[in-house]
Amino acid sequence: MIKAILIFNNHGKPRLSKFYEHYNEDTEQQIIRETFHLVSKRDENVCNFLEGGMLIGGSENRLIYRHYATLYFVFCVDSSESELGILDLIQVFVETLDKCFENVCELDLIFHVDKVHNILAEMVMGGMVLETNMNEIIIQVDAQNKMEKSETFIFQSPRQDR
Amino acid sequence: MPAVSKGDGMRGLAVFISDIRNCKSKEAEIKRINKELANIRSKFKGDKALDGYSKKKYVCKLLFIFLLGHDIDFGHMEAVNLLSSNKYTEKQIGYLFISVLVNSNSELIRLINNAIKNDLSSRNPTFMCLALHCIANVGSREMAEAFAGEIPRILVAGDTMDSVKQSAALCLLRLYKASPDLVLMGEWTSRVVHLLNDQHMGVVTAAISLITCLSSKNPDEFKTCVSLAVSRLSRIVSSASTDLQDYTYYFVPAPWLSCKLLRLLQCYPPPEDGAVKGRLVECLETILNKAQEPPKSKKVQHSNAKNAILFEAISLIIHYDSEPNLLVRACNQLGQFLQHRETNLRYLALESMCTLASSEFSHEAVKTHIETVINALKTERDVSVRQRAADLLYAMCDRSNAKQIVAEMLSYLETADYSIREEMVLKVAILAEKYAVDYSWYVDTILNLIRIAGDYVSEEVWYRVIQIVINRDDVQGYAAKTVFEALQAPACHENMVKVGGYILGEFGNLIAGDPRSSPLVQFNLLHSKFHLCSVPTRALLLSAYIKFINLFPETKATIQEVLRSDSQIRNSDVELQQRAVEYLKLSSIASTDVLATVLEEMPPFPERESSILAKLKKKKGPGAVSVELEDGKERGELNGGGDRGGDAAIAASNASTPSPSADLLGLRSAAPVSGATPSAGSLLVDVFSEAGPAATSAGVNDDGFLRFVCKNNGVLFENQLLQIGIKSEYRQNLGRMYLFYGNKTSVQFVSFNTTVSYEIKSRILNVQTKTVEPLVEGGAQVQQVINIECLTDFIDAPLLNIKFRYGGALQNISLKLPVTINKFFQPTEMAAADFFQRWKQLSQPQQEAQKIFKASHGMDTEVLKAKLLGLGTALLENVDPNPENYVCAGVIQTKAQQVGCLLRLEPNAQAQMYRLTLRSSKDTVSQRVCDLLAEQF
Repeated sequence: MIKAILIFNNHGKPRLSKFYEHYNEDTEQQIIRETFHLVSKRDENVCNFLEGGMLIGGSENRLIYRHYATLYFVFCVDSSESELGILDLIQVFVETLDKCFENVCELDLIFHVDKVHNILAEMVMGGMVLETNMNEIIIQVDAQNKMEKSETFIFQSPRQDR
Repeated sequence: MPAVSKGDGMRGLAVFISDIRNCKSKEAEIKRINKELANIRSKFKGDKALDGYSKKKYVCKLLFIFLLGHDIDFGHMEAVNLLSSNKYTEKQIGYLFISVLVNSNSELIRLINNAIKNDLSSRNPTFMCLALHCIANVGSREMAEAFAGEIPRILVAGDTMDSVKQSAALCLLRLYKASPDLVLMGEWTSRVVHLLNDQHMGVVTAAISLITCLSSKNPDEFKTCVSLAVSRLSRIVSSASTDLQDYTYYFVPAPWLSCKLLRLLQCYPPPEDGAVKGRLVECLETILNKAQEPPKSKKVQHSNAKNAILFEAISLIIHYDSEPNLLVRACNQLGQFLQHRETNLRYLALESMCTLASSEFSHEAVKTHIETVINALKTERDVSVRQRAADLLYAMCDRSNAKQIVAEMLSYLETADYSIREEMVLKVAILAEKYAVDYSWYVDTILNLIRIAGDYVSEEVWYRVIQIVINRDDVQGYAAKTVFEALQAPACHENMVKVGGYILGEFGNLIAGDPRSSPLVQFNLLHSKFHLCSVPTRALLLSAYIKFINLFPETKATIQEVLRSDSQIRNSDVELQQRAVEYLKLSSIASTDVLATVLEEMPPFPERESSILAKLKKKKGPGAVSVELEDGKERGELNGGGDRGGDAAIAASNASTPSPSADLLGLRSAAPVSGATPSAGSLLVDVFSEAGPAATSAGVNDDGFLRFVCKNNGVLFENQLLQIGIKSEYRQNLGRMYLFYGNKTSVQFVSFNTTVSYEIKSRILNVQTKTVEPLVEGGAQVQQVINIECLTDFIDAPLLNIKFRYGGALQNISLKLPVTINKFFQPTEMAAADFFQRWKQLSQPQQEAQKIFKASHGMDTEVLKAKLLGLGTALLENVDPNPENYVCAGVIQTKAQQVGCLLRLEPNAQAQMYRLTLRSSKDTVSQRVCDLLAEQF
C-alpha cells in the first residue's frame, strides 16, 4: 500500500502532499520535512530506495523517489509494493502531468493544485493503484475538463474577481 | 492539445499565490496568509450568498494555505455545500477539500453521507467515481457502516462502467482494511475472483489488489484465484494476450499487473494441480529467460519494468522454495545484478539474496558471492546499499565463513555510518557467539567490538560475554589475560572497564602468577580507570575490589585503604557509599572462610535465549528474520552441548537460596536495560543488624508494608525508576515519618506529586504531610515528612499515592504506608508476678487472640528477640517458666486511651511451629497485633 505521496522542491517547499493514512496536520508537516531531509542529502545516482523516516513507520516503510529538475517526487510505501513498480508509477505520473500541462514545470503544480490532485486521483485511490495506463488516465482527465468547460459560462467574468 | 490549458485558472487564486511567492520572509508570508484567511472567513460569513465560482476559488485558496502547513479550521460547511451541488466543477472541488482536509471528522462525515449516497446512485460515472474516491479516502468506520453493503453490488453489476468498477474495487478494499467485520463478501466471492478474467486490464489491475488482500485473510475461500491468476499471467508473459490494449509499457507487456499477479500467488503454496503448476513454472522460466535477452529499449523505464517482474518472479520462487533448479537460476540472476551498474538493481539483488540465503537449496549458491558482497560493503557509495550488504553477509554466514565475515564486519564498523552501528554491533556479537568454535576467538571479537564501537555496545552484549566466560572454564584464563591487555590502552571505553573489572574480579587469579600481571598490578590498573567512570561502573569496580581481597589477601591493605578514603566512604552517591562501607566492614570482620564463601566465584548462568538475539529481533531487520529460521538448528551447539547446560541448571537449582554474593556484582542477564545495578537496600539502615547482608535487600517489592511491622527504617519500595526509603520515629501516640524519594534514572521526574489518603471516615489517625517539589532531578533524592497522630486504635494503614511523569509517561504508584498499631507501643518492664497477675485479669475470651502457625523463617533466638523488640514491646526475661518461650509487655498509646497488652510466643523447634497469644484490654487490639505479628516469623 502507498502510505503517502509527496512532492516538494529542492528547497523543501511542499508542492503536493497526499496521505493515505490519517495523521494530524502537524505530523504531516513533520513527515514532509523529515522526508525532505532524508532525500535531499542523497547524491544523484545513488539508489532510489531508502528506509522511511521514523515518523512514517521507520524501516517498515520505504521511500521511493525520483528527482526531476527542481522537484522531488516521493512515494512512501509498505513492503507489499514492488520498488521498481513504484518507480515506474512515478514515471507514469510525471509523464501524465507532462501531457496534461504540456511540459509541466513547478509553477503548474503551484497554480493548479486541484488539477494535480485530480490527475493523481485517477492513478491512486486510497493508497492502492487504480490505473497505470497513461492513455486511460488522460481520457478521464479530458472528460472532466470537458465537463468543466461546459459549465464555465455560468461563472461570472474572471476579471472582477480578487 | 494539453488537457489543462494554462489560461483558464482562477485569477484571484493566481494573484494570491503570486503574493505568497513574492513574500521575502516567513513573517510576511504568515501575515499575507492571515489577511487572506480573514478575507475568506468574512466572505463565508457575509450575508451575500456566494456563487459556486467564488466558493470554489476560496476553497482552492484554503487548500493552498493548508499545503503550506497552516491549520485550516473553517470552510468545511462551504465544502459540504459545494459537494452537494449539481455542477461538476463545484462538486469536484468540494470532494477535493474533504479528501485533503478531513481526517474522519465524524460530525462532518454525517453531513456528507447523504450527498455521497445520492452520487453513488446517480448513474453518472464521474459522480460515482468522485463519491467512491471520497469513501476510500476517508475510509472511516461510519463510512463502512453506510456503504459496505452497496459497493460490492456496484462492483459486480453487469452494467457498471469499467472506470467505476475500478474505483469500487479499491474502495471496497479500503473499507475492508479499516473494518473487515463490516465487509461481508460471502455471496460476492466467486464473482469478485472472476474479475481476474475481466476484459479490461484496468479493472483487473484494480481488482487484483482487492483479491490479494482478501486472499491473504481468507485463503481457502479465494483459492480458485490461483488457477485464474496463472492463466492470466501466462497469457501476458507469452504475449498471447490480445487484450493488452495500451498496457504495454516501454515494450514490456502489462508490468504492473504481472507484478501484482506474482504477488497474489505468494499468498498460496505451489499449485497442486499439475497442469496449473506446469504452466506457472513455464511462466517463471520465461521470465528468467527474458532477463538474458538483449533489451528492446535503452530507456531505463524498459529495464525497470522488466526487472520489476523479474524480482517478483524470484520472490515467488523463493516463497515456494521447492524448485531447486529455479532457485539456483534465481540466485545466478541475482549474482549478475550484484555487479550491475544500476544501483537500484544492486540494492534489490542484495535484498532478495537475503531471503534466498535461508533456503537450503540455495544457501551454498549464495555463499559463492561472498567476495562481491564484501566488496559492496566496502565500496558502495550509498548507505542504504551498504546496509543491505551487511544484512546479506549476516544472512549468508555459517560456520565455514564466520571468521571472514565477522572480521569484515568489524573492519567496516570502524567507518560505518552512525545510523547503522548499533545494529551492526548486535549482528557481530550474535555471529561471534553462534559460530564460535574456539571461545578465545569469541572473546577477542567482542573485546574488539567494544574497542571499535564501545558507545554502541549495549548492555546485552557485554552481559553476554561475561555469561559465556563464566559458563566456560576453558576460556577464563584467556579472557583474563586479554582484558588485562586491553585495559592497558590509555583511553579505553567504559564498557571495557566493566568487562575488565568483572572478569579480573572473578578470574584475575588465573593470570596472577605472571609478575607483569601480579595482583597489585591488576588492581592498580583497574583503579586507574576508576575516576573516569560513571557511578554504575564504579559500583561494579568496588565489587571487583572486594573480590580481589578474597582472591589475593596481599592486596587487602591497599584496597581497604582505598575503601576507607573519604571519596569512597563518604561518597555522595548512596550506592557507592554503601558498597564502600559494607565491603570495608566485611573485609575487616569476616574470617577468611566466611569471606571465601561470600565472595565465591559466580555459579554458571542458566542457559537461556541470548538476550542479544531478542534485541535484534525487536529491531526487525530483514536479516533478523532469516537468522530466526536457522536458529532452531544451531541452538544445540551454542554453548558446547546439552550436558553443560544441565550442569548449569543443577547449579542454579542448588543455589535456590542465592548465595549472598549472587548479586554483589549486580549482573543479571535478565536485568532490564536500566543502568542502575540492583541495589541491596541503598539506604544505610540496619544492614548488619540482621542475620545477613542479604536479609534486608528490598529488591522490587510492591508491598513492603509487612516488612516494616518490626522495624522503622529501610527501603519501602523500589522499581527501575524510583526508590522510596523510609525512616520513622514514634513517641507516645505521635509519629514522624521521613520518606526519601530517590530518582534512579538520569532523567528528571516532572509533576511529582504524593498524597497520603486515609479512607476511614471516623478520625482514627491524624496524618499531615508537606508537599514535595514537583521536579525531581535525575539521580536526586527528595525528602518528605509525614506527621502522624494516633487518635484511637486502627487496622487500615494510610495509603501513599505517588504520581509523576517520566519521559512523558505517567507513573502511578500506590503503597500502604507502614503505620501499624504496634508503632505506638510503650514498652513496660514488669516482674513475673505482675505479669501473671495481669495475664489472669485479661481472661475474657474476646480479650485474647491466639494463632498457631508454621515458621516461615529460621527460628534463631537472636532474630526472634530482635523482632519482638522491634515490635515495640518490652521483652521480659525470666518470666515464663519455659526458657524457650518469650513474653512481652507494652502499652499502646492512642489519644483516646491507653491499651495494655501482653504477649506470649511459644516456638516449637521440632515442628517448626509457633503459638502466639495476645491479651489486651481491647479485643480489636489483641486481634490486630496478633495478625500483624504472626506474619513476621
